[in-house]
Amino acid sequence: MPNMSLKKNEMPVQDPMVRNTNYKEVALGYTPEQAVDEAKRCLNCKHKPCVGGCPVQIDIPAFISQVAEGNFEEAYKIITQSSSLPAVCGRVCPQESQCECKCVRGIKGEPVAIGRLERFVADWHNANVTEAPVKPESNGHKVAVIGSGPSGLACAGDLAKKGYDVTVYEALHVAGGVLSYGIPEFRLPKTIVQKEIDGLKALGVKVETNIVVGRTVSIDELLGEYGFESVFIGSGAGLPRFMNIKGENLNGVYSANEFLTRINLMKAYRPDSTTPIQPGKKAVIVGGGNVAMDAARCAKRLGADVTIVYRRTEKELPARVEEVHHAKEEGIEFKLLTNPVEITATENGWVKGVICQQMELSEPDDSGRARPVAVPDSNFEIAADCVIMSIGTSPNPLIKSTTEGLDTQRWGGIIADEETGLTSREGVYAGGDAVTGAATVILAMGAGKKAAAAIDEYIQNK
Amino acid sequence: MFEILEKKCLNPTVTLMRINAPMVAKKAEPGQFIILRTDENGERVPLTIADYDRENGSVTIIFQIVGATTEKLNHMNEGDCLQDFVGPLGRATHTDGLKKVAVVGGGVGCAIAYPVAKKLHELGCEVHAVVGFRNKDLVILEDEFKAASSKFVLMSDDGSAGEKGLVTDALRKLIESGEQYDEVITIGPLIMMKFVCQLTKEFGIKTVASMNPIMIDGTGMCGGCRLTVGGETKFACVDGPEFDGHLIDFDEAMARGAMYKPFERKAHEDVCNLYKQEVK
Repeated sequence: MPNMSLKKNEMPVQDPMVRNTNYKEVALGYTPEQAVDEAKRCLNCKHKPCVGGCPVQIDIPAFISQVAEGNFEEAYKIITQSSSLPAVCGRVCPQESQCECKCVRGIKGEPVAIGRLERFVADWHNANVTEAPVKPESNGHKVAVIGSGPSGLACAGDLAKKGYDVTVYEALHVAGGVLSYGIPEFRLPKTIVQKEIDGLKALGVKVETNIVVGRTVSIDELLGEYGFESVFIGSGAGLPRFMNIKGENLNGVYSANEFLTRINLMKAYRPDSTTPIQPGKKAVIVGGGNVAMDAARCAKRLGADVTIVYRRTEKELPARVEEVHHAKEEGIEFKLLTNPVEITATENGWVKGVICQQMELSEPDDSGRARPVAVPDSNFEIAADCVIMSIGTSPNPLIKSTTEGLDTQRWGGIIADEETGLTSREGVYAGGDAVTGAATVILAMGAGKKAAAAIDEYIQNK
Repeated sequence: MFEILEKKCLNPTVTLMRINAPMVAKKAEPGQFIILRTDENGERVPLTIADYDRENGSVTIIFQIVGATTEKLNHMNEGDCLQDFVGPLGRATHTDGLKKVAVVGGGVGCAIAYPVAKKLHELGCEVHAVVGFRNKDLVILEDEFKAASSKFVLMSDDGSAGEKGLVTDALRKLIESGEQYDEVITIGPLIMMKFVCQLTKEFGIKTVASMNPIMIDGTGMCGGCRLTVGGETKFACVDGPEFDGHLIDFDEAMARGAMYKPFERKAHEDVCNLYKQEVK
């Protein structure tokens, strides 16, 4: 008999006013009892609408019914047939707009907490199963993967399972891409990322850090003297955008990338780190995405008073509802319908404040969202000594500019076939944010998996 | 691992290290830089490549001891290994078609100016080297510059080495005496480069300045190294580090360079105190 409760089992979390001063994980995860109880809310629908909402088509009802029976390891095996990074995706996937929004239970009441269950299963496996994965027999073919973020890791994992000799090249000194430098510890503990990477290494994947493809080595060299038969580009969208307003280069103005990299990659919040950071006393974060929420919550943890300014209303915030909710709980102020037009300076060239204009919503623009327009004569200044620009990123042009014959969109995205990831160069595949522009972990992972299948087919048919 | 193959003290505050880094050495060109970390908790520090040897796979860096990391680096010895060493980053110095160039270096910037002078010299370009230091104790690479230039002018603030005065005084003299340069390449403290650029602008000589701003990743990801060039925001790590000196907003670059000064001073003191305690 299913559990007919209209509400999800609540996720245990750290108290907001405690957690906004530490970097420990905010959400604590279900207990086995909570997981089983939640799993019993699943009706095991025949037509499985939830699976259609999952970018990598995890057999969701199948894994949940195993959880309901208490067979957590069986559940884990079902998830990993389709997903390479369950502990990561269970934490950072926007389930509310993917699997969970298709859940029949959501029609009347809350959907089944699929994301929380995925996280529970992955964490249970990591805590209880120590047997190392069996290293597959080598098939003698070499593939290079550029970038160790979600798409690269997924691609490398699938190829390694098929026996390929895979080398992942990472520009930074730590693998993981955005999982390491971008998403904060309190949302995605770095030990979890490391565990996923260690799992790949156990499958035989080599991870070479400190290699900037396009500088240290080129794609042509990888395909030539290095002897790789195929290359997958998963270099992400790391180039920060700025607003091009006056005062943006003042001291105290960061891109969200820089601010988060200092904290997540360089551990600037820890006393034993030699990387400095200046969150100021009053930080203003510009933007409304998940990255803006991350930056805001980091600044808060560093002791700043934090305001997020966003030019549309709460309804249009691109961030996940849960992240907005967590940010508010932690004491972050939201100034909506507010758009910065200038950053003012102190005599010493530091940020003094942000001049903003009041906005109102007009008819929808190309993106389908209501277009914000400025209210005349509505300028006002917010005092601040730190401003963090979190208005998006573009693909890094380094690989394009050093790879002959690799076609890109005008905005910089690599042109790749949607189904296979094949680029304009034979044997060269691409996926993730490098192709789509900034998107989600799960979409990048899905693209990495599709490319792995296509690379396998390409090499086997050569 | 990135082993320190050779360590040489060039003057009391400037050290040369040759690092085993074959993949970087294979691709390095004058004007490019590397990023290193000394240890697991270390910060990422960009340093311009001073020399490289493709055959034995080594890259030479020359650094001035200014903060915690360079202090730590200076305490490392031959046989020790650096945690990380990545590169070559940035664009190489543009050397094509140059027939006559003045290379103007200041202080530790001369370490970066030298490989540029050497490369131009090897390409058959006539090189005039103008280098400046505070005093004779701080002079580095004098013989190397002499070997890579047809004219060498040494300047010092106090006159204890070469002529007394600034590099801009020497450069002005050369230009006014009728020397015609295709280009001036300047590498050194921001304030020096600012005045070199002001001078060459006066004479309409194209000038390239090598910028070394604060940065983290060095691949275009953080934007910390941004500067204004001709009214546009540029990233030194991917668009540079060399830019048209007549278009650089040096005042902004100087303000940005001072962003972490108090933090750096404190971190440097802490490290020095640590070493003092070890000695005791």
